[in-house]
Amino acid sequence: MFCAYVNNIKVEVTEGSTILQAAAQAGFKIPTLCYLEDKTPQGACRVCMVEVEGARTLMAACCTPVTANMKILTNTRRVREARRNVVELLLSEHKGDCKTCTRNDDCELQELARALGIDNVRFQGETTAQKLDNTTPALTRDSGKCIKCRRCVTVCNEVQSIGSIFPQSRGFKTTIGPAFDTMLDDVVCVQCGQCAAVCPVAAITENSHIDGIWKALDNPEKFVVVQTAPAIRAALGECFNNEPGTLVTGKMVAALRQLGFDAVFDTNFTADLTIMEEGTELLMRLKKSLVEKQLAPLPMFTSCCPGWVRFAEHYYPDFLPNLSTCKSPQQMFGALAKTYYAAKIGKKMEDITVVSIMPCTAKKYELQRPEMNSSGLRDVDYVLTTRELGRMIRQSGIEFNALPDDKTDSPMGRSSGAADIFANTGGVMEAALRTVYEIVTGRELPVKKLHLDPIAGLNGIKHASLKIEGTVGEWNFLEGIEVKVAVVHSLGNARKVIEAVKNGQVFHFIEVMACPGGCISGGGQPRFTNDKIRQKRINAIYKEDEGKQLRKSHENPEIQQIYKEFLVKPLGKKSHKLLHTHYTARNM
Amino acid sequence: MHRTQCRECREHLSEKEMLSRLDDILAGYKNVDGATIPVLQTAQNMFGYLSKPVMKEISRKLNKPYSEIAGIVSFYSFFSTVPRGKHLVRVCLGTACYVRGGKRILEAIKKELGIDVGQTTEDRLFSLDIGRCFGACGMAPVIMVNDTVHQRCKAVKVAEILDHYRNKKSGPEKEQV
Repeated sequence: MFCAYVNNIKVEVTEGSTILQAAAQAGFKIPTLCYLEDKTPQGACRVCMVEVEGARTLMAACCTPVTANMKILTNTRRVREARRNVVELLLSEHKGDCKTCTRNDDCELQELARALGIDNVRFQGETTAQKLDNTTPALTRDSGKCIKCRRCVTVCNEVQSIGSIFPQSRGFKTTIGPAFDTMLDDVVCVQCGQCAAVCPVAAITENSHIDGIWKALDNPEKFVVVQTAPAIRAALGECFNNEPGTLVTGKMVAALRQLGFDAVFDTNFTADLTIMEEGTELLMRLKKSLVEKQLAPLPMFTSCCPGWVRFAEHYYPDFLPNLSTCKSPQQMFGALAKTYYAAKIGKKMEDITVVSIMPCTAKKYELQRPEMNSSGLRDVDYVLTTRELGRMIRQSGIEFNALPDDKTDSPMGRSSGAADIFANTGGVMEAALRTVYEIVTGRELPVKKLHLDPIAGLNGIKHASLKIEGTVGEWNFLEGIEVKVAVVHSLGNARKVIEAVKNGQVFHFIEVMACPGGCISGGGQPRFTNDKIRQKRINAIYKEDEGKQLRKSHENPEIQQIYKEFLVKPLGKKSHKLLHTHYTARNM
Repeated sequence: MHRTQCRECREHLSEKEMLSRLDDILAGYKNVDGATIPVLQTAQNMFGYLSKPVMKEISRKLNKPYSEIAGIVSFYSFFSTVPRGKHLVRVCLGTACYVRGGKRILEAIKKELGIDVGQTTEDRLFSLDIGRCFGACGMAPVIMVNDTVHQRCKAVKVAEILDHYRNKKSGPEKEQV
């Protein structure tokens, strides 16, 4: 620890702190367009420059470590003029029109220009060449709008360990993208959209499905059903200036109804169904391995996350048999909406349009995977990110914050608290164990409030073990077994845990979510997300879970109903056709 | 089959042979930090340019994303992703050479060879690049042909310099000028 002075205010900082961190401690905000919390600073945007006593030039606050007794000035004329110059230069080459940009009012560059009082760009010259890349189903890259801050490069490399994109070429001609200006579809990209989530401008955005949905809603022939992922209710409020972590479940349902959807359902319903199928699958694999002494693919990995699935298909094809064969809840929902539900309301499946609201960009990719048509048609027709739904609600003039709470429809709208927690890291595992433990022992999972604390929270890799005691009937073979589980979020951590498994570490069940913190900070969530906001959204999700009477998937009456009326039993013939899938090894 | 010439020993190499030689290079850089640029330099010196399979192999072996290898290769003008001619002509356009007429020399060479920057003559004899300072500012303007610096160059002398290489039979080597 030593002292430094920020604008004459004394602060005590730990060694290795940057000027940016010291200034935050002293209560001063230094603007930046490239900084990402806890990641290697890039010093790329040059907006965070400050004056340091004794230094000849201005210093970039994000990547300059504080030294003892350093005297830092963050708001001198020299600093203000330098920042203004930098931002004006960025604006002068930025090929974008705020008026028609999807990031209008949600753009860090625009906001900074306003904050710095820039009312005129003094520099005129060439603008960045505009090249659109919409080769992937999920994402569009627009090089003209890119300010080369490299945040996307940092998340793709450092967080996801993929490295689809990197700065190419040099100087004014620099572009951020795959090797030698190839397209995203030509390289390994799992379309998680974390790049779009950190982009300060509209250089990387989700491919919008809004127009298609309006068209379906306007078509009287179409019966349009909507499902909302667990993570939406804890984040949609942010699109309407609510604090992060504000639960808006009821208002979300009301808004969807006002938008004109014919039935408002919940992906949470199929999250509960996933637990029934995936939990049973885990037990069957354990049985095969422990009782029948046959080779069973263990550890089993979760398969809800299309980014993770694609990652495994590219990097770990040998592990594909280990992935649960369960489809994601989104795809289970689509397949059931066009079969089970269509029959129930006496509609032909071609007259039903299935829309998903997802925190995720990869879900746009997932819906068009060729095998995702087990109903006979494309199971899911459109995916909106949380951000897009926010835009659609604004387009329709709905006063979101004034809406009364509404409830989802039946028979695919009811869900347990176990389904809610699918939204965050550790949630799928906890939900599965709540049900599996009870099936096997006849007793409730013996933990406080049904929460498995070791696998909750934002640590990248989490482990837990659970000794099974007091088994009943056919599950006696599990008596005394210590079930070992791991939970990871972000694909860099997934890589680490798979390498550990390769090196002999034993687990039975591993949950993987591609995005840091899980779906609550997916690539389609409101911007900008950091760990503080992630934690707030997670807290909201746990609150939703704890607020329910129904906390376990197998107790959901609508789940019991669908097995009774339609599916018969988990892993049964119909489940196999509609709820399970297969994977494809892909080239690097 | 496409064959490229090894610049060090003047042999003709198939892609397979290139990759096997690359393995020998990479073997010396196992677990070495900061190996990327030296490996790329060695590979370029050996093959005259960096082909896609070579860069992909480097990416795999050094465990670096291909986008990063491509980023480095496209950043430095020294690296080339297309086959080069027997002689590489580089015209310095660093500050000193620029103000002393480097651009005029570049134009003269373009005209003399009938190619643009980054291109190779049809007879595969010359490739043309620009350089940013060879550290010979006192002798500006300079051009570099292979490893030889030609100092105080003039546009009218360009043809004479190039003729010297046209008449040479062997490949790039040190020579006295």
